[in-house]
Amino acid sequence: MFFIGIFGFIVRKNMIAILISLELILNAVEINFAVFNRYLYPEQLDGMFFTLFGIAITAAETAVALAIIINAYRSIGNIDVNNMNKMKG
Amino acid sequence: MDFNNFLLMGQEIGLIAVFLILFAYDIIASDKLKRWFYPVACFLFAVQTAWGFFPLPAGEAFGGLYVASGLTVLMKNILNIATLLVFLQSYTWLNSEGTRHKAGEFFTIALVTLLGMYLMVSAGNFMMLYIGMETASLPLACLAAFNKYKEKSAEAGVKYILISAFSSGILLFGLSFIYGAIGSLYFSDITLSVVSEPLTILGFVFFFGGLGFKLSLVPFHLWTADVYEGAPTSVTAYLSVVSKGAAAFALLFALYKAFGQIEVVWEPVLWWLSVITITLGNLFAIRQTDIKRFFAFSSISQAGYILLGVIAGNAQGMTATVYYVLVYVFSNLAAFGVISAVENASGGKTSIAAFNGLYKTNPLLSFVMMLAVFSLGGIPPFAGFFSKFFIFMAAASEGHYLLVFIALLNTVISLYYYLLIIKAMFIKEGEPDATGRFSSDVYNKTSLALCTLGIFVVGILACIYENIGNISFGI
Repeated sequence: MFFIGIFGFIVRKNMIAILISLELILNAVEINFAVFNRYLYPEQLDGMFFTLFGIAITAAETAVALAIIINAYRSIGNIDVNNMNKMKG
Repeated sequence: MDFNNFLLMGQEIGLIAVFLILFAYDIIASDKLKRWFYPVACFLFAVQTAWGFFPLPAGEAFGGLYVASGLTVLMKNILNIATLLVFLQSYTWLNSEGTRHKAGEFFTIALVTLLGMYLMVSAGNFMMLYIGMETASLPLACLAAFNKYKEKSAEAGVKYILISAFSSGILLFGLSFIYGAIGSLYFSDITLSVVSEPLTILGFVFFFGGLGFKLSLVPFHLWTADVYEGAPTSVTAYLSVVSKGAAAFALLFALYKAFGQIEVVWEPVLWWLSVITITLGNLFAIRQTDIKRFFAFSSISQAGYILLGVIAGNAQGMTATVYYVLVYVFSNLAAFGVISAVENASGGKTSIAAFNGLYKTNPLLSFVMMLAVFSLGGIPPFAGFFSKFFIFMAAASEGHYLLVFIALLNTVISLYYYLLIIKAMFIKEGEPDATGRFSSDVYNKTSLALCTLGIFVVGILACIYENIGNISFGI
């Protein structure tokens, strides 16, 4: 899942699709934490807590990213990353 | 629940209080009262900054999640000073047409990011580090897109949020492997049981990659120039100084406290990264024509020098790194203060050509810029020389002579492009339609005066370096 996410982040041109790929990456990490916790260290809860915090932070991240993408859409007119080329160097 | 824990978080609570006061002020106050918002905000934050210099209790809170020591207080003070200087520089920009109605938001958002950086610095656990990092980087993306009607600003915001989310995903992926290998996320537990086995190393590499994005080290630096150019100048200053400083401190703590036992693993990684970062940052800076992009690459190469202090891995390296960041704060912010003054006076021009003939029209501003650039380049009487000297000493004390030699060569390259600015200001003739003599606002003048003072005083007063040395520790 992590590498599908990375692949999507690099290949996709639509910003919403990139955001979905980001979600894939973060969800992969959260599952990773939960699984490590469940199978390797069942006596403690560190990993589970990390997963919970991670989900909350990911949600906040998506909200902010969507707001910024909408802002970009208003000023640029579409959400294709190829149009994000005002600055080069 | 033991409320004594909160006593240790004095600075954080102070910052939250400032934030809440400003937030309520921004919402409730009438338009007439709002005229005083800016001075009140700066004053409150100055009080918060000054408070950090009084002795604060040290210890661990919440079972080791949060660590307060003399060193973390000092680091927070450095971040505070930098933020205060950025606030002072933002006056004209915040009073311009597009941003006047949301000036309050700038302060509140910036204070939230600062809180996140406090947590990053004080973290004793990787979860705390991650939460602090996200608290710092999400609002920063909003700040980068703050000029709502400028395409460049929107583009910078998009680039920053996507890259920072991506990098934190990578960082988390690394952390999950470290958790899988060791079974704890506390720095103190990790340092006891960390060994260089494949799973730990894999986790460490991903973790370091994620943090490298924040510090804009070279293979992960591609976002830097675009975001710095597009973001409003004050935000760029904030990004390049405060955000980078906090990331450097967090890296320092994570490497020394958590991964100190596997120094053999991360030393070569840091060695190569610092060489590439310094060199590429310098080479790309030469061909820039936009002053903000120019300083973006210059700050990339400065991050490489910071790594040079980290690589030493002893108390001297830690002292040198903190001192380097302190000096970098003053020098870089002086440069950005001049940039925003010129930008405001010339109607938003940020090319290096806009500085042509600045000496004829504004000798004082060009003098401050010259000081800042000399300090960044490391010319002797200024603080930048001493900070570079200490950092080279620290690296050489661990036997990294080749690294120091490469860094020294790079200092020469960097002098070349820093002198290009001096040339533009002092030798080149200004264009006929160039802005005449202008005067920046009193706040910006204050900040520039403070920076100039800092550049001289921090370099000359040896007690500052010794103070840092007394409270820092090695591996």
